[in-house]
Order: sequence, then structure tokens, then C-alpha cells
Amino acid sequence: MKRASLAHIAVVIAVLAAVPLLTASNLVLNFLVVALLIALVGQGWNVLGGYGGQYSFGHAAFFGTGAYVSAILQTRYGVNAWLAFGLGIAGGALIGAAIGALTFRSGLRGSYFALVTLAFAEVLRILASVAPITGAGVGILITLDLRPQAFQFQSRAPFYWIILALLAASFLIVRLIEQSRFGAWLVAVRENEEAAKAVGVNTQRVKLAAMTISAAITAAGGAFYAQYFLFIDSGIAYGPWISIEALLAPIVGGIGSAFGPLLGALLVKTLGELTKLVTGDAPGLDLVIYGGVLILIVAFAPQGIAGLIADLRLRFARLRPRLPERAHG
Amino acid sequence: MLSPIILVPAILNGLLTGAVYGLVALGLTLIYGVLHIINFAHGALLTAAMFAAFFAHRLLGLDPYLAALGLTPLFFALGYCLQRFVIGPAAHGEDRNILLVTLALAVVIENALLYAFGGDTRTLNLAYAFDVVDIGIAFLALPRVMGFAVVLAVALTLWLILALTDTGKAIRAVAKEKLGAELSGIDVAHIYAVTFGLGTACLAIAACLLIPTYYVNPHIGNAFVLVAFTIVVLGGMGSVTGALIGGLFVGVVESLCGLYLGESLGQIGIFVMFILVLLLRPAGLFGERA
Repeated sequence: MKRASLAHIAVVIAVLAAVPLLTASNLVLNFLVVALLIALVGQGWNVLGGYGGQYSFGHAAFFGTGAYVSAILQTRYGVNAWLAFGLGIAGGALIGAAIGALTFRSGLRGSYFALVTLAFAEVLRILASVAPITGAGVGILITLDLRPQAFQFQSRAPFYWIILALLAASFLIVRLIEQSRFGAWLVAVRENEEAAKAVGVNTQRVKLAAMTISAAITAAGGAFYAQYFLFIDSGIAYGPWISIEALLAPIVGGIGSAFGPLLGALLVKTLGELTKLVTGDAPGLDLVIYGGVLILIVAFAPQGIAGLIADLRLRFARLRPRLPERAHG
Repeated sequence: MLSPIILVPAILNGLLTGAVYGLVALGLTLIYGVLHIINFAHGALLTAAMFAAFFAHRLLGLDPYLAALGLTPLFFALGYCLQRFVIGPAAHGEDRNILLVTLALAVVIENALLYAFGGDTRTLNLAYAFDVVDIGIAFLALPRVMGFAVVLAVALTLWLILALTDTGKAIRAVAKEKLGAELSGIDVAHIYAVTFGLGTACLAIAACLLIPTYYVNPHIGNAFVLVAFTIVVLGGMGSVTGALIGGLFVGVVESLCGLYLGESLGQIGIFVMFILVLLLRPAGLFGERA
């Protein structure tokens, strides 16, 4: 898999950063904020699933914890929103480390890892839907306070730049991982855990570190969600929808590549919007299409869109020298 | 402590509910035992079957127990086709891909039902839904007693199929040694699909047993399938008797948790048990498959 160069990352981020200068349309910005949010959450999943080969079906656990920690600290304890945002990330990382420690110590892999992460997310969802501190069935409404100190803004553009900055940070983290020895260990675990262990990689610690980083990135997405929409409840924060979006984006875009989650999120969200345009706001239909796309990608393009592009490039590179010959013959 | 007057009916009702759980788990464990995959679409397929049973009554006036006769072969065919033409070809034989494809199927089925029928909860009002049987120490709901009997009959039938028929022998051969089975001329792709079909057929029967006393909405299957996962893990992956006994056990645990802790926390009891079992007894129960 081709690695992300700093130049590539800089160009992509710069192009995206210019969008609010070109349009003030709330529709466009809102769409992009949500797409970048999914890209960020997907990048979190990608660290553990794409590079480490551990497929989590319950990233909602981290997304929701980030959202709830940040929202609860603000609304119930009067903590500053930016500080609460940071603590939300820390809370998500902590939950990730805790779930990782439990599951990896028990040697759960493959199907069982997917299953147990799903179960943890569901337990948290049910707890959040009954516990008073999370607002039980009602959810939490963050008080409107449109000041930058309160992490709330009049227009969408600042939100857009913040989520873009978070995404840029996640690109850099992934690039650091790709270049580090830790990244090599992580890929070794994905390719063959036994062999990695045999050559002396502490596979448990590597997986645990990957899960903690993965959870932190995803929790940042959750805390941002709370700030952007100013409302969360158990179904939003810990619901299965976000676990599915988290894995859909990187798999559609290109698993185990830095740009995969962004590509995937943009494509999937565009598809979702197009569906809404055609059919109106019909509940469920966008997810039907997402599921269908997931099956098609797994069946026909296991390396995602990034893989397809690389394939096409290779084919063109092979075709080019032949073209003049054909013209003569 | 509660008096036996409350406790005994709770346990008996738990056993009756547990039998249906066992049937759902039976389908899951059969698929796992042969294909070595966890079928994440199991819950969504159960939901689909419950909708089918619901509309068979609402539109065609078919009694659920009668509808089972038609739905069972229908869902067998559905399961067969899903494995043969979707899951098998799409997964390219990779476990991770199978996980994703069954998850994607679950998403598609669940949300297609949501799109088609909306999120409302529906119930059938059958004349006999509230009939009870007096067994001296407790009153038991008639549909649940019927369900219990049907589950036992289905389990026995399934056991006979596996033990006596050629297809059953082929299924057991593939479960034990896939390559060897292939070398001795067994069509593994066909056997995989048959097994998936049998697992799905179990769901059609379970749905028809549930629908008289239960409600149906697009997400209902998830509640059952996590219970089924718990049972399968408890009873040992791939074990038919394990699924039944595990089902009865979990049914009783749920009933008692509900009695002491209330409905929503009773559900948590199941999840906590599930996570504990997964964490504490992983090696022996699941082997080393990644």
C-alpha cells in the first residue's frame, strides 16, 4: 500500500480548507462537516482495523463516550467546552484501553473481537438510556452559547475548519504510525499474529496501543458531534449507526491507507445525499444503500476506491507504450 | 427472597422462552459449526421472518403455526441463496470479509424493512394469545407451551437429519474436515449453502412461534440474536444440544433478572453474562480461529 506523503496531505488539506472561502452555503458546509466527521471517525477505525486487522463492530463505544463525557462535563459541572472536549477524547481513549485490555488479554480475535466490541457498545447504549447522569431517555441538550470560548460559532465555517484540523491531525498520526516501528509491528500483527509473536513483537501491547489511539480519534469525532449538533442521546451516541459508518468509510475508501477514510466518507455521504434527493427523507433507505455498497466493495474491490485507482493507474501505465505500436500496425 | 409462588412460574416461563431462544441459537450454532463464521445477519433474518409471519396472518389470514409450514421451506431457500450467491462469492474465502458481508446483509435487511414498513411496533391479536394452561403450581401461556413442544420436535428432526441422511453426513464431514470432504467428492459450496439454509429455516420456525405473543418491529431481531450469541458461546460453538440447554438456561436467567431488576436491566444481565463468558472462557470454547 502506498504511503501518504506530507506533500499529499498538505495539498488535500489546503484544497479542503479553501472551500468556505468559495461558498457560504450552509448546505454545502453542513454536508462537508458531516462527511469530514465520518472521515475522522473512520480514520480512528482504520488505525485498529485497517493497519492492525482487528475489525471492531462497536466503535460507537468510543464515539459515544467522547460525546457524553464532553457534554456531561459542560452541562452538569460547568467545565469549559474546550477542556471538556479534550477530556472527552481522554475518556474515549480510556474506554478503548479498558475494552482492549480485557479482550486482548482473553485472546479474542476475528469474529469474537467483532462480537465483543459490538456487545460493549450495546451495554453502554442501554446504560446510557437508563442512567440519570446521561439524561436517560431524554438525552442531553447543550445550552446555546454562541461564543468561541464555549466552542460554539455563529457560522458553520469555524466548525468546518476545526473538524478539518482534527482530520489533518489524524492524517499526521497515521503517517507517524506508518513510518514508525510500531506501525510495522501493527501490520505484522494484521498479516500473521503468530509469526509476529514468534519474532518477538509484543502483540498484546501493540494491539492495545492501536486500540487506544483508535478510540481517542473516534472519541474526538464524538465530542465534536456533541458540540456541532448540541444534542446527543443514547441512540445517537452509542447507536449501531456510527459503528457501521466508522467501518464503512475506510473499507469503501481503501482499508489501511491514510486517505481511505476520507475518500470513503465523501463517496458514501454523497450517495446518501443523492438518495435523499431522489426519494425524500425516507428512513432506512440510505443505510440499505450503504449496506449494498459494502457488499459490492468487499466482493469486487477489496482494496476500496484507493485500490481501484491504483489498479487503473497500473493498467494505464501498461497500456501507454503499446498505443503507438497499434497506430502503426 | 421471593416466595415459590412467584419464583416457580418465573422459572417455568423462563424455560418456555428459553426454548425459543434455543431454536434461534440452534440456527446460529449450526452455521458456525460448519462454516466457522459468526452470522451477523441472523438477527435481521429473524426480523424478516417475523414480518413474514405477521403479514401471512394479516393479509392471508394464515395462523402462524400454519404459516410455519410455508415459511420454513421459503427461508431455507432464502438462506441457501444468500450463502450460495452472495456471501460465498463476495467473501473470497476470507473470514474478515465474511464478517463484513454478513454485517452488511444485516444492515440491508433491517433497513429495507424499516423503509418498507416504518419503525412502528405491530402485534397480532390472536384469539388464543392469552389462553393459559393450568399445571397446578402455575399458569402457563398456551402459545409458549406450544412453542416449547415445537422446538423439541424441530431439534429432534434436525438431529435425525444430521445423523441419518446423506446430506447430514456430508454436513458433518465438512464441519470436521473441509478439505477431506472436498477430496471425497462432497460439493462443499452446496453443503455450506444447505447448512446456511437450515440455520435460516430455524429462524422461520422461531418467528412463527414468537409472533403470537410478541411484537414485531424492524429492530426486534437484534434483541434475540445477542441472546443467541450468548447461548451459543455458553453452550459451545457448533453444539446442537449445547444450544438447547444454553437456551433454557439463559431464558431462566433472563426471567429471574427481569423479576429482580426490572425489564431494561434484565436485558443488561444478558449482555454482562455474554461479555463475561467471552472474556473468561475464550480458549476452550472458541478455539484459535481468527
